[in-house]
Amino acid sequence: MLSVFRQVMLYLAVLCCAVNAHAAADSMKPDTELHALAQQLIDAGFREKKALTEALVEINDPKTLEFSQVMVNGDLYYRKDDRVVVIKGEDKITSFFNGEVIEIASSRDIKKISVNNSLRTILRSGIARLQIFSPVASVRKQAAVNLLKSADDIDSVTLSRAMAEEKNSEVKDILSLVQGIKSLESGDSATRLAGIDALAGSLYPDVRGALANFVRAAESDGRASEVKAATDALEKIEDLLRVNAVIENLYFGLALGAVLLLAAIGLAITFGVMGVINMAHGEMIMLGAYTTYVVQQLMPDHIGLSLAVAIPAAFLVSGLVGVAIERGVIRHLYGRPLETLLATFGISLVLQQAVRSIFSPLNREVATPDWMAGTFMINPALELTYNRLYIIIFSLVVLALLALVLKRTLFGLQMRAVTMNRPMASSMGIRTGWVDALTFGLGSGIAGIAGVALSQLTNVGPNMGQAYIIDSFMVVVFGGVGNLWGTLVGAMSLGVVNKLLEPWAGAVVAKILVLVFIILFIQKRPRGLFALKGRAADMG
Amino acid sequence: MSQEIKGGPLTRLIMNDKAGRKLLLVLLLVSVLVPLSNLLVPEGSLFHVSTFTMTLLGKYLCYALLAVAVDLIWGYCGILSLGHGAFFALGGYAMGMYLMRQIGDRGVYANPELPDFMVFLNWTELPWYWQGFDQFWFAMIMVLAAPGLLAFVFGVLAFRSRVTGVYLSIITQALTYALLLAFFRNDMGFGGNNGLTDFKDILGFDLQADTTRAALFFASGIALIGGYLISRFIVTSKLGRVLVAIRDSESRARFLGYRVEWYKLFVFVVSSMLAGVAGALYVPQVGIINPGEFAPINSIEIIIWVAVGGRGTLYGAVIGAVLVNYAKTYFTGAFAELWLFMLGGLFVLTTLYLPKGVVGLWAQIQEKRRSSSGGPGGGQSATAEGKV
Amino acid sequence: MKKTDLNALGKVTKFIGMTALAAGVSLAHAADDTIKVGVLHSLSGTMAISETTLKDTVLMMVEEQNKKGGLLGKKLEAVVVDPASNWPLFAEKTRELLEKEDVDVIFGCWTSVSRKSVLPVVEELNGLLFYPVQYEGEESSYNVFYTGAAPNQQAIPAVDYLINDLGVERFVLAGTDYVYPRTTNKILESYLKSKGVDAKDIMINYTPFGHSDWQTIVSDVKKFGSAGKKTAVVSTINGDANVPFYKELANQGVKSEDIPVVAFSVGEEELSGFDTAPLVGHLAAWNYFQSAESDQNEEFIEQWHKYIGSEKRVTNDPMEATYIGFNMWAKAVEKAGSEEVDKVRTAMYGIEVPNLTGGTAVMNVNHHLSKPVLIGEIQEDGQFEIVWATDEEVPGDAWTDYLPESKNLISDWTAPVNCGNYNTVTKSCGGAVATGE
Repeated sequence: MLSVFRQVMLYLAVLCCAVNAHAAADSMKPDTELHALAQQLIDAGFREKKALTEALVEINDPKTLEFSQVMVNGDLYYRKDDRVVVIKGEDKITSFFNGEVIEIASSRDIKKISVNNSLRTILRSGIARLQIFSPVASVRKQAAVNLLKSADDIDSVTLSRAMAEEKNSEVKDILSLVQGIKSLESGDSATRLAGIDALAGSLYPDVRGALANFVRAAESDGRASEVKAATDALEKIEDLLRVNAVIENLYFGLALGAVLLLAAIGLAITFGVMGVINMAHGEMIMLGAYTTYVVQQLMPDHIGLSLAVAIPAAFLVSGLVGVAIERGVIRHLYGRPLETLLATFGISLVLQQAVRSIFSPLNREVATPDWMAGTFMINPALELTYNRLYIIIFSLVVLALLALVLKRTLFGLQMRAVTMNRPMASSMGIRTGWVDALTFGLGSGIAGIAGVALSQLTNVGPNMGQAYIIDSFMVVVFGGVGNLWGTLVGAMSLGVVNKLLEPWAGAVVAKILVLVFIILFIQKRPRGLFALKGRAADMG
Repeated sequence: MSQEIKGGPLTRLIMNDKAGRKLLLVLLLVSVLVPLSNLLVPEGSLFHVSTFTMTLLGKYLCYALLAVAVDLIWGYCGILSLGHGAFFALGGYAMGMYLMRQIGDRGVYANPELPDFMVFLNWTELPWYWQGFDQFWFAMIMVLAAPGLLAFVFGVLAFRSRVTGVYLSIITQALTYALLLAFFRNDMGFGGNNGLTDFKDILGFDLQADTTRAALFFASGIALIGGYLISRFIVTSKLGRVLVAIRDSESRARFLGYRVEWYKLFVFVVSSMLAGVAGALYVPQVGIINPGEFAPINSIEIIIWVAVGGRGTLYGAVIGAVLVNYAKTYFTGAFAELWLFMLGGLFVLTTLYLPKGVVGLWAQIQEKRRSSSGGPGGGQSATAEGKV
Repeated sequence: MKKTDLNALGKVTKFIGMTALAAGVSLAHAADDTIKVGVLHSLSGTMAISETTLKDTVLMMVEEQNKKGGLLGKKLEAVVVDPASNWPLFAEKTRELLEKEDVDVIFGCWTSVSRKSVLPVVEELNGLLFYPVQYEGEESSYNVFYTGAAPNQQAIPAVDYLINDLGVERFVLAGTDYVYPRTTNKILESYLKSKGVDAKDIMINYTPFGHSDWQTIVSDVKKFGSAGKKTAVVSTINGDANVPFYKELANQGVKSEDIPVVAFSVGEEELSGFDTAPLVGHLAAWNYFQSAESDQNEEFIEQWHKYIGSEKRVTNDPMEATYIGFNMWAKAVEKAGSEEVDKVRTAMYGIEVPNLTGGTAVMNVNHHLSKPVLIGEIQEDGQFEIVWATDEEVPGDAWTDYLPESKNLISDWTAPVNCGNYNTVTKSCGGAVATGE
């Protein structure tokens, strides 16, 4: 789809610009230092490029900043036949030096001026220096943070000027850290000590790195007092880091708990409420994730919106498949819960292979919308990733909605009635068959929604469901079958316990310990954390 | 099972079990004839059984024994273990460790003491739990003891606190999953993901020789017959009747004064040991044991063999195991892309339309034929009934 | 018990007996007018994701060869089986291919454990296996040709690049807990120490297969990387665990300029399942990238797109290894004038075929190839920009020089050594001795 769209745009571009293309040729190749350097870049290997790029960011030209930015983003190309430097945009190609739209016959006519990591590092530091006087505070902040990595690159005069002009206290603080790092290099011991003082307590990783390097250098020179000051400063940072690490770990635990919760909520309905040992539950999650993929394929230009569309779509797809499974297979098996295990296991094999046949065994690419990327920064050492944050919120919202449906709607009432006493419910005029089908559909649909969320964290492939099925069962059984509240508490506590164990025991042993813990816990409380009392408890 | 227990133990075992008798006869014939025709009949002859076929059948026999072990607890005691693959794998590992020790200095690093994987993980000496495995008798004890002990500990915990039904199934699954993760770890000292492989010989006989393979095949057949008889002995004894009572209503059995947990524990341990023996015979024939055998999905498959064959009959388990695995071998060769559809479909159809498995289906057909021909009504089916 | 059950049993057992016999009988020998090529790649299960492509590659090569008139005037016939990512099944299917189907050569396996499972069978039945995936080395079988990279053709050059070109001083060796990462990391650790890297500057981490929660580990890497020295991650993380790993890196704001990740198991095909935007600049080391510029490569890609019917499908390193392996085998069959395993094997040594990156691949007497090593940076379009390459082809080393237990071992399957693990100090062959002529 996207490529077709691009083709059309190119075509339009060709039509409108073909006439004046040649007249513009001269202004496309201005006689500037920047242009000359760009021409050199075209032919250079990566080693020469390094020197050229270092020179590039020093060029005093109004276009240097833009050039560096385009280059660092990998959008800088040149036309093969006349070596005109161009920017490859989303839908059009423009000449860098005069901004004219350029027409090309095939994508092979232009070639990328490639960059690698070391070039990007140079460019970013150059950009930071140029942007430190930007009128936008957030740009200045980013520039200042980048300067922390390369404090050497900015001369003291510029830095002092930037600090003097800076009004924003946050940016100013970071700039004073930059100055602190710079003064570590100073020849004067007092300046160095003042620098250490300025850095103490900062949580920026680059500050910690600079101090660590300083300690190494000072140790080899035998500057004992400075070593001590810097070590103290580092220790102060370490103490703060430790506190942050605990909070961060708790957050990780909750995030893992949210994933477990999402994976398990659907099962809490199909297994917990209905008593179906639903081995195809994981495949319902998988279907939800594939729905997300399909939705993104259908609307490639609105990735940000795609998730909002995918959620109801996944609910419908998985829900309908769930209803079909219930009507087709499971309704013949009520009262034989262990046989539902066999049948649903067969269904899960079929669904896996179906997906493999339709979408190929390869993983599918599901894009992360921009609003889900990045971190919510509490301080430089404690950044909460947005995607996990959203997933925690999302899992709680889904759970709350589900609880609402169960407690406050007619369907919920009928559903509870059917689970508690089927013959009685039936004699009261409830169509138990349909309630069963819709209940199973609801559970499956929620699993589908979980699939949308999980597609943002992990692979979307035919085996995806297998990864969650066992964990889901553990959560439901641990929390207490048939109890949504138990599922929530179960998922969150397993997530947190797992994460608290992980730094100490490693990822695998932590997981083994959690499993052993569940096994032992079930011995103590054979009906889980929140056991149902009475008749409903006597299933299986 | 509706008739009185009468006659001596032999009568109980053999005479009252006509289907089983026939099965045993077939098994005995297969165990003897297949190796003989592999060794004695010249290649190319119509009656020659290739080594490939023999190894394949040998694998089926091991699976069949495993299925019998599962049927013993599921069919007769209502314990649905989703972790029986773990006992099978433990037995396999015990045998694998013996075979590893037999390699001696013929490994690639020529270390007389340590297996190759330990050499490259920088282990300097054999860990304590590998001690003794150079002795065949010790390994054989461990084949029984390792799964038996695990089953005992697990059973004591689970049955005494009255964990039943799906809860028990799920925690058995947790058990095998935890073991899977543990055995995957290279630090455990069981070869990690690669497991144990590249075996050379057993009791001094070359594992790649056809005679050794034939002997292993024969041993598997005999083990299956033995396992079948042991299980049969248990279920036809008074103990077996208590088990069925427990299966049908655990609380009622308890109120009658039976110590339910000890009955369950006993049969669970026996079953785990049978699974261990199956694993031990499986490993030298397929030439590798690795943590994949602990995968929960494998344990579910065992349940499916039993269900397809017919639960609570013992011989149904044997038939189911052979049938499903033959189907798997055939489909993966003939319809590589479609075989999961077929296998999945088979499970759904079996549960829907053959609640008593293939054995039950046959009984039904015969029933119809007989009633239409006006023959004598055929009493209670041998298939044990009752709620799950 | 009813009589009827007996009949049922009788028939079932007869059926089993018949099929057993049928299986035995069908050990008919391959017709003389075809050469059978076994394809042993998982088409279902966890490894299907990687291996299906290689099955298609072999089938494509067979088709191309048949268009050229086959080999020795005979048509090639591919026999495809599905070992279903089940390791014991690999051994069983190998036996089926060699005994029942009587194939002349097998192209197959991906994971180390599948190869280890197959090994005793091909050795027993004197088969010929071409193994096309980068692996941990420490092995050289008389019956296997390894066309993927040995550690010295991937891991060591990549680390050299990190040290020399990126100035990296601190290393995180992160891998999935199985033999390939374990061995590779062990070799790297010893190599890094020999380069003067301090033990404190090496962090080693293992995770299980399919690990999906990378929060803690990425956070640890971040902390490890803020000690003032340039830090890089050397990743031997396998398959499915990569997507959540890279997503977590991106989400926690780890940029390739700050902490580059160089991966040995992430190629074009894996990237096609990623959202690559946040990955740009991370590295991979291989012997082939789709972006390599050569006529052979262009032709191969075109062929592949035509065969698979989609312009979107990418090519990758194990495909090139399959391509080289197949062409070498075909050439060796022509050279030997026979498809018999022993003759083909002898003809294999020293055989040369063009690789796809513009050079020539040579089969050495240790059953490993000489190949160039390339390092590429991930681009937004899911391709790699080649940022570094070795000047000449690197011969694959079966036994690494950086581990004490294998540094004295060499492999040479020609006379007079004729041994897969020959100890150059004790002048004796460790265990694997040629059993053929």
